[in-house]
Amino acid sequence: MAEQNSPLGGFRFPEGPVTIAEIPFLTQINIRKEPDSSLPLSAGTSSRSGDVDILWLGPDEWLAVGPPGGFTEHHWEGSVVDVSAQRTTISLRGPHVRDLLALGCATDLHPGVFGVGACVQTTLAHAPVIILRRESEFWVLVRASFATHLAGWLVDASREFAVEALP
Amino acid sequence: MMLIPCPWCGRRDESEFHYGGQAGVAYPSDPSTLSDEQWAKYLFFRDNPKGAFRERWCHTAGCRRWFNLVRDTVTNEIHA
Repeated sequence: MAEQNSPLGGFRFPEGPVTIAEIPFLTQINIRKEPDSSLPLSAGTSSRSGDVDILWLGPDEWLAVGPPGGFTEHHWEGSVVDVSAQRTTISLRGPHVRDLLALGCATDLHPGVFGVGACVQTTLAHAPVIILRRESEFWVLVRASFATHLAGWLVDASREFAVEALP
Repeated sequence: MMLIPCPWCGRRDESEFHYGGQAGVAYPSDPSTLSDEQWAKYLFFRDNPKGAFRERWCHTAGCRRWFNLVRDTVTNEIHA
């Protein structure tokens, strides 16, 4: 099998106030079909089925995100396209994640409106992204060609939260 | 900066949208019968009202759907 290279090369920045880490090679399947009850039907929501998250992208469009290597237990009809190589995933953890995202993103990410399972397509530091709120972290799905820019921006922007962490 | 109400995603920042010009400009039913002047009028001439204007927008950074809305060109107030 050919060697795989992720857009950020497994980048990790664990020492900052926000833990930033790439989750490479997640399987991403784009689904275009008539809506049905097996899919999340409200804008900005996602559903979990096993270890696969299904994100609402549009009234007839979804993105299934799961572990690397693909998943076979799901079958969808319609247009089903593997877009795993299109984006990589950046995981953000820490008490300042929302503050960090708010520095480059105009969408409201307040816990009252953006709880666990919420997802949004928007721009972060001018890069088009999908943000998914998971139980203990945020995922930022970013196109491969924007990934280096965004990772650099996140590291730079997160430094201001280190001030509070000083003794 | 305007907040534009996407019919799917709700109110979002203007920078997430792409402007599509005047709404409701119908393609001529038989273009081959048009004079050059009529064709140019269809291609290039648009209303430019002072006040309510029906226009097309695309939520390019979000759900990527086109929709129509009515915007007041004086106040940028969005009516529908």
